[in-house]
Amino acid sequence: MSFRQSHLLGIEHLAPDEIVTLLDLAAEYAALNRSDRKHGDALDGLTQINMFFENSTRTQASFELAGKRLGADVMNMSMQASSIKKGETLIDTALSLNAMHPDLLVVRHPQSGAVDLLAQKVNCAVLNAGDGRHEHPTQALLDALTIRNAKGRLHRLSIAICGDIAHSRVARSNILLLGKMENRVRLVAPPTLLPAGIENFGVEVFHDMKAGLEDVDVVMMLRLQKERMDGGFIPSEREYYHRYGLDAEKLAHAKDDAIVMHPGPMNRGVEIDGTLADDINRSVIQDQVEMGVAVRMAAMDLLARNLRERRKEAAA
Amino acid sequence: MSLLLTNARLIDPEALTETHGAVYIDGTTIAEVLTDPAAIEARAARALRVEDCGGKVLAPGMVDLGVKIGEPGERHKESFRSAGLAAAAGGVTTMVTRPDTLPVTDTPEQLEFITRRAAEASPVRIAPMSALTKGRAGREMVEIGFMLDAGAVAFTDVDHVVTDTRVFSRCLTYARSLGALVIAHPQDPGLSAGAAATSGKFASLKGLPAVSSMAERMGFDRDMALVEMTGARYHADQITTARALPALERAKANGLDVTAGVSIHHLTLNEFDLGDYRTFFKLTPPLRSEDDRMAVVEAVATGLIDTVSSMHTPQDEESKRLPFEEAAAGAVGLQTLLPAALRLAHEGLIELPRLWAALSLNPARRLGLPQGRLAPGAPADLVLFDPGAPFVLDRFTLLSKSKNTPFDSARMEGRVTATWVGGQEVYRRA
Repeated sequence: MSFRQSHLLGIEHLAPDEIVTLLDLAAEYAALNRSDRKHGDALDGLTQINMFFENSTRTQASFELAGKRLGADVMNMSMQASSIKKGETLIDTALSLNAMHPDLLVVRHPQSGAVDLLAQKVNCAVLNAGDGRHEHPTQALLDALTIRNAKGRLHRLSIAICGDIAHSRVARSNILLLGKMENRVRLVAPPTLLPAGIENFGVEVFHDMKAGLEDVDVVMMLRLQKERMDGGFIPSEREYYHRYGLDAEKLAHAKDDAIVMHPGPMNRGVEIDGTLADDINRSVIQDQVEMGVAVRMAAMDLLARNLRERRKEAAA
Repeated sequence: MSLLLTNARLIDPEALTETHGAVYIDGTTIAEVLTDPAAIEARAARALRVEDCGGKVLAPGMVDLGVKIGEPGERHKESFRSAGLAAAAGGVTTMVTRPDTLPVTDTPEQLEFITRRAAEASPVRIAPMSALTKGRAGREMVEIGFMLDAGAVAFTDVDHVVTDTRVFSRCLTYARSLGALVIAHPQDPGLSAGAAATSGKFASLKGLPAVSSMAERMGFDRDMALVEMTGARYHADQITTARALPALERAKANGLDVTAGVSIHHLTLNEFDLGDYRTFFKLTPPLRSEDDRMAVVEAVATGLIDTVSSMHTPQDEESKRLPFEEAAAGAVGLQTLLPAALRLAHEGLIELPRLWAALSLNPARRLGLPQGRLAPGAPADLVLFDPGAPFVLDRFTLLSKSKNTPFDSARMEGRVTATWVGGQEVYRRA
């Protein structure tokens, strides 16, 4: 098996063969999830703790379901309401966690690098469920699986990522993953929503959405955070929708069989037209959610195998 | 008490020369600098004590502009005693201390406290700086006259930018009437708000809030306009980007009374050293690109940038063991200033005498201190070091109370053998 990681902190650290291993296993789990007996035992006896320092409904639910389907004992900790408010540092939280002997730790944190920091201090496998504007690796992996399912391959595709790239960890992880798998990545956004140095990322940058979507295979929309709309990044919601919202007219520039993706939750009428999002011929948004569970099952399964291996070696 | 130090490589930062010879200390001052073997022999016959330096380098002690000491307010991070011991072991004979204490050093009474504590506790000299505005809040100027009388050598709000140009211009004008030196932090406060890194590919990949290197030039340009308007004596604490250098060159060419410094960390490290969110590399301003670093090194080599300092900023483990954005900025540097600076000399990027001028003579001269010279009549503040002595730094061996050095486990060259302040030996390597 070629998956050598002890944590899943970001796409940055994954090699292409590791990505393929993970997606292949996820595809098996996707089939399992469609069967009547949605149950495996890969995580039997293990404890999974979901620690979310930032609000999340779908990602947390997806990780919870993934763990339960593979037989883990799953606990959810909502850290916003908890000790962080009492001044406990991240390191102290990690030390307390160690005493509970978790095996898998799923963490979301509002600050870039916080999950890396935690991973250095705990004795279990850590999965990054999103840190600041740094990375969201399982989202990129589920997007990759969705694309592979729809297009039959995950290389030599032309993919446009559109919207608030600057503040998006989803965009960073996707740029890295799609680049590693040798696709052509285009970024479509107003310049205020692009990070500095973007020209060195091996991507093509477009400020005109129609030009950016020309002949692409995949259109990946990003969520525009409400707080960015009046933060001086864009003049107004309606101007943004006019220039960067995905509608049938702009989508017509993409290939006829281009698929439309969105990590959710969507702002209908801000970054994406409502009817387009629901168009079962174009939109794969529901598939993304479905693949999310499968990818997270695969990721936790692989990390658990490595964890057991390491513990066996340590005991020997 | 007299002492003859013979068989040394003498660095004269005034003449920018390196010669072989001897220094004769009489009491608290340098009495003679000798290069003629016959004269050295004659002097040796009459000296009370003679020390053979074994060909090591003897130079004026470093004058470190911008040392943060945790007194008052944060003595758990650093005291005058611990900083003084670190300085002596590092070859720093004058610590020019920062006013960003708790509370801010903005009254003559506080300055007197600092001077008294320093005299009791520190083996090396302290030259204290005062805040420029009360509480470093950028609204009202401190009692500049009284502060000068109490011994303030310069006025600075450290990393706080006085954003109100009317307030800043009045501070500059008033300071000018008293000949006081104002030290500012050139940075546009709007662009740099919340930034933890320099914007570019690296910061974007790591998802860190970042500031364009342009913000430094914007801050510097603004300050130059105000200096031109007021005629004040001005020193930029840290110029760290290539973009700001032409403006500095222009200001000097136009005859403005302007100098600039840079921290040793910006001369020896770059943004990639942040790696996977290593908070010991979080500095103010943030580490720059390699292009910027090389441009600034070149500016020190040509003398465009006048001073090099450690920007010693002690932080305890708790304030560093946090997610990068939340972690405190700054690094300790008193004991690593010498070996880090020597990297530049060893790599042939800056001639040792020129480098030494930036570490000793230039800051002293700018602050009106008599230190930094290797000449008869100068204070006998000296450091003897072996520039090639290799070692691997273990941060827990540092004498500072705080161990937040970016050079932990780094291979370095250059160790201090002995340090003298006013003719008194304050450090000797065991």
